[in-house]
Amino acid sequence: MENLTFQQISAEILKKSLKSVELTQHIFGRIDKLESKIGAFISLFRERALAKAVDIDRRLAEGAPVGPLAGIPVAIKDNMCTGFGATTCASRILGKFSSPYNAHVVDQLEDADAVIIGKTNMDEFAMGSSCENSALQTTVNPWDINRVPGGSSGGSAAAVAAGLCYAALGSDTGGSIRLPASFCGVVGLKPTYGRVSRYGLVAYGSSLDQIGPISRDVYGAAALLNVIAGHDRRDSTSVDESTAPVKDYVKNLDHPVENLKIGVAQEFFDVEGLDPEVEKAVREALQTYEDMGVALIEVSLPYMKYAIAAYYLIATAEASSNLARYDGVHYGHRTSRPKDYIDVYSSSRAEGFGDEVKRRIMLGTYALSAGYYDAYYLKALKVRNLIRRDFEQAFEKVDCLMCPTAPETAFKLGEKTDDPLKMYLSDIYTIAVNLAGVPGISIPCGLSSGNLPIGLQIITPAFSEAKLLRIARMFEKETEHHLSKPFC
Amino acid sequence: MSEKLTEDQIRHVAKLARLNCTDQEIATFTTQLAAILDYFDQLRELDTTDVEPLAHCLPIHNIFRPDQILPSLSNEQALANAPRRDGEFFSVPKILDDSNA
Repeated sequence: MENLTFQQISAEILKKSLKSVELTQHIFGRIDKLESKIGAFISLFRERALAKAVDIDRRLAEGAPVGPLAGIPVAIKDNMCTGFGATTCASRILGKFSSPYNAHVVDQLEDADAVIIGKTNMDEFAMGSSCENSALQTTVNPWDINRVPGGSSGGSAAAVAAGLCYAALGSDTGGSIRLPASFCGVVGLKPTYGRVSRYGLVAYGSSLDQIGPISRDVYGAAALLNVIAGHDRRDSTSVDESTAPVKDYVKNLDHPVENLKIGVAQEFFDVEGLDPEVEKAVREALQTYEDMGVALIEVSLPYMKYAIAAYYLIATAEASSNLARYDGVHYGHRTSRPKDYIDVYSSSRAEGFGDEVKRRIMLGTYALSAGYYDAYYLKALKVRNLIRRDFEQAFEKVDCLMCPTAPETAFKLGEKTDDPLKMYLSDIYTIAVNLAGVPGISIPCGLSSGNLPIGLQIITPAFSEAKLLRIARMFEKETEHHLSKPFC
Repeated sequence: MSEKLTEDQIRHVAKLARLNCTDQEIATFTTQLAAILDYFDQLRELDTTDVEPLAHCLPIHNIFRPDQILPSLSNEQALANAPRRDGEFFSVPKILDDSNA
């Protein structure tokens, strides 16, 4: 069953040739067999999922209406609030936090009749590029269990790659959907900032965070985006219909974009540490498009190389403010014997946060503190504007940009944990996209000699997800990279 | 910007961030943050004199809504996750000294 595509499985359920209950049981069977090796899930909702599947089968049998994701087993990154089960953010500080409400995207998935099977592991508070900053468990890459799945949405990407669900939600602040998608050989889409409501997403870097889908193929990503995109009055940064109407992302998905112009920048290949095998696979992907008659046009993004420095100032500054809410008073972990009320804060936070979260809070606090604000934080915001202009200027000439998603394939567990800066550099290709607020997708474009997936990143202007998905789909139709599967 | 980061500065930042740190953590963070800030120094190469800071990328600004009471969490829901509560209240250690009372 795991060899069927998203589109096929959906059709089987609607035709009633496959029962939602059978599919759900099959998925939990795979989880029983593989999850002890992969470690993708923080929580599983077996009974709840089966009850939902029974309800879907009943409605289908009665001819009653069902939603567009009827019976599709999906997983949710554990930084999205669910009114059922726990929401941990893979942090000790949230303890057994039980959200009183669903995130907007969770409501949307429920209404669309997706079957939510569990919540996935991640770097604590979405801070990391390898999933190793989870305080709760280790997730490994299904292609090589000695390697990381990428982060921060590593559990979601690993679960999709291992066939433990058909699609998943991730969140992406600097690459946290696209990087793990690249490392795990699946499709990961970060929509435009403002396209999907973040209501109920635990905040990290509020001017950058965006929720998006991870799936086996581009169709699955489009089908999920159809359900989660749109305005929500509970998130004032979600864009309304009059500013940017939501499209039907599935409808014209198989129509190739005519007169497509792809922008390629030399800067993409000048990145230090770019693995020659990654470069080769990406150049081959560009060749595949050229063979379809697409024009490749040279563009330049001279400020892209400053993106990591600007990002880690802006994101950490925002994080230091967002994470001030973990105070040991309202919810989550509280130190057992505080000396005084200040110590409730300082000790609860010291005990509850992991090293990377502390490091980023400290970095952000420093960047915002008296005497350093202009030199660091304000400077970073100005550089952010220069980076956005880079993209705007490129998009005057081309429809999209293409580059690697990551400079390398999945690295070994523990390889970068002692050197935070080295870890940050994994995000070199993805981070500028968040700073510019535009959409980006990672799709599989080959395997290395060590049998590890390589990702191609495609970037388009704000609110052009429909076109972005069609461009990605063109590649998928020409190639079979998305059909490659890991050991399981 | 290029001045050397000291352990005392990091101790001060930890205090601002309300994070108790051990001496070992202060030493580690000082070394690590110094390396990261060194990397950030590349931003100094750029002349940003006439560049406006960009706080976010949205084509929208302030969003207003009518000042209406809408359904929200009940007291019980809001208090349900409190690590310590006292009836209808979140419980914290005494904040004012008796001398200030």
